[in-house]
Amino acid sequence: MAITEVIERISDTIWELPVSYKEGMRVPARIYGTEKLIKEMDETVYDQITNVATLPGITQYALCMPDGHFGYGFPIGGVAAMDAREGVISPGGIGFDINCGMRLVLTNLTYSDVKPHLKQLVDMLYERVPAGVGSTGFIKLSKQDFRNAVEQGARWCIKKGLGWQEDLELTEESGCIEGADSSKISEKAVDRGYNQIGTLGSGNHYLEIQVARRENIIDEPLARTFGITIPDQIVVMFHCGSRGFGHQVATDYLQIFLKVMQNKYGIKILDRELACAPFDSPEGRDYFAAMKCGINMSFVNRQVILHRIREVFSSVFARSAEQLGMHMVYDVAHNTAKLERHMVGGQIRNLLVHRKGSTRAFGPGTEGLPERFKQVGQPVIIGGSMETGSYLLVGVPTGAQTFFSTAHGSGRTMSRTKARKQWRGEALQREMEQRGIYVRSASWAGLAEEAGGAYKSIDDVVEATERAGLSKRVARFAPIGNVKG
Amino acid sequence: MPYQFLEDIAIADIAFEAWGDTLEDAFIAAADATINVMVENLESIVPRETREFMLENESLDMLLFDLLQELLYYKDSERLMLRVEKLRIQQKNSLHSLQAIARGELLDPDRHHTRVDVKAVTLHRFRLAKTERGWEASVILDI
Repeated sequence: MAITEVIERISDTIWELPVSYKEGMRVPARIYGTEKLIKEMDETVYDQITNVATLPGITQYALCMPDGHFGYGFPIGGVAAMDAREGVISPGGIGFDINCGMRLVLTNLTYSDVKPHLKQLVDMLYERVPAGVGSTGFIKLSKQDFRNAVEQGARWCIKKGLGWQEDLELTEESGCIEGADSSKISEKAVDRGYNQIGTLGSGNHYLEIQVARRENIIDEPLARTFGITIPDQIVVMFHCGSRGFGHQVATDYLQIFLKVMQNKYGIKILDRELACAPFDSPEGRDYFAAMKCGINMSFVNRQVILHRIREVFSSVFARSAEQLGMHMVYDVAHNTAKLERHMVGGQIRNLLVHRKGSTRAFGPGTEGLPERFKQVGQPVIIGGSMETGSYLLVGVPTGAQTFFSTAHGSGRTMSRTKARKQWRGEALQREMEQRGIYVRSASWAGLAEEAGGAYKSIDDVVEATERAGLSKRVARFAPIGNVKG
Repeated sequence: MPYQFLEDIAIADIAFEAWGDTLEDAFIAAADATINVMVENLESIVPRETREFMLENESLDMLLFDLLQELLYYKDSERLMLRVEKLRIQQKNSLHSLQAIARGELLDPDRHHTRVDVKAVTLHRFRLAKTERGWEASVILDI
């Protein structure tokens, strides 16, 4: 039966699959998106999100954001809030790339300032921020130092002179999530990550120079609050995560959970990738402490990359990063599980909110927001494909319906294997250059796989989040230079 | 090439099927498919370095998972791109074990045409089965 025949339309942008859809569902599944997005969505999304709805402790709904697409375990775009006492923690609900996220940086330069230097900037960024398969970073540190770094997060970077004090306040969790315990991570995880600090990785990871054109400022007062103040202002956005370290942490605990899940805890799941353990169990607590090291590694990685970006701009424009106004707007995570307090049925509940390919989007006044965002809400950074554009949004009060979660990107509609048959990297690079976007990539094939045509429309996705009351658009940025992993 | 990449599933990641007459052949094919996601021209990987390792698992399909994961470990920890040259799989009581000799070299972006990095082996639709043709594996890699 086609999904459109069983899915119930709750509103223009909310669609529901009831618990009767699949045996074992504890809560309904709610998928966010316009009718167009819902129709375009891969049917696997519905299967995966209803599998999520069977997990112990899931509260209210299994949720999928408008950029939802085929994942493993959870769909990408999946959100599940587990009761902290009765619920589980699952690496498949976080993703292998723990704390994959986005960082947005301002400049006081305009498009006309940057245009003559664009190639030089992108070429230098490509050299200074390693990308692609097996890339290693410039920071050499001992394995013990690495363990310290993943416990301290971005604070470790600031101590080493790799950033500004204000960067911490502008990062989720102030750049260091409390409770990271490096005794819970394997030597293999350290081996895979300790030489990768300051690297982008590959796939859909990127570093982009973008322009905020006047006509693309959607909410001027809010844009101003976030530092978008001059016409055709240049910003830098990048997307990356915890590299091999995070991937190994997730893999290690996936295997541990598989061993204890059924034998010790009697939990049955519909997909091995949903392997889990009770959050309140020795294995669950260990993973939470190890996963937090992954969160911090990612903050370290993005902090070091920011440092390199500031160095490059400073070198090209012969002015300090401070003079160039290179302040952060914010750093958001979109692959995490965090213990948060949310109102459910009139009661405050402690919930472990899994967001896999979903951005936290706290509305105004939410606990945990930096002072400067208390009045307006949390900045939300959503990256589009390298050919189209990206958005800055803000969290809104009605986001409570999804535990303050929103989309994280545009979401793919075409497989990598198919995309590389449809586009050629070299030709794509030339065409993009003619359109005013200069791109450098570690791989032609990798570039072809990231063609804009392989993605949903970012405009449709963010509009759906706004119409559904999950987040509100502030500004759209157009790409002019891109370093692709 | 005893493997093929699948076009219509795992759109953000990469799915493949690998096969062989014997269990060992199917494992080696899956290992090559995994490396082939990262390096387009497998023949460009010169066997300069050797790594020998042994892996054990109670389940045979998870032994394949462990092998692919081991190759990702060498890729990140030593920047080594390895191809499995010899493989021996045994079963003792309820434990399956694997002894492997893998050869390859340091990743060289000038010679190895790199494609995309593999983050992890997922267990979503992960399958190893004996069929009329021999052994077949289905794998989705996280990209």
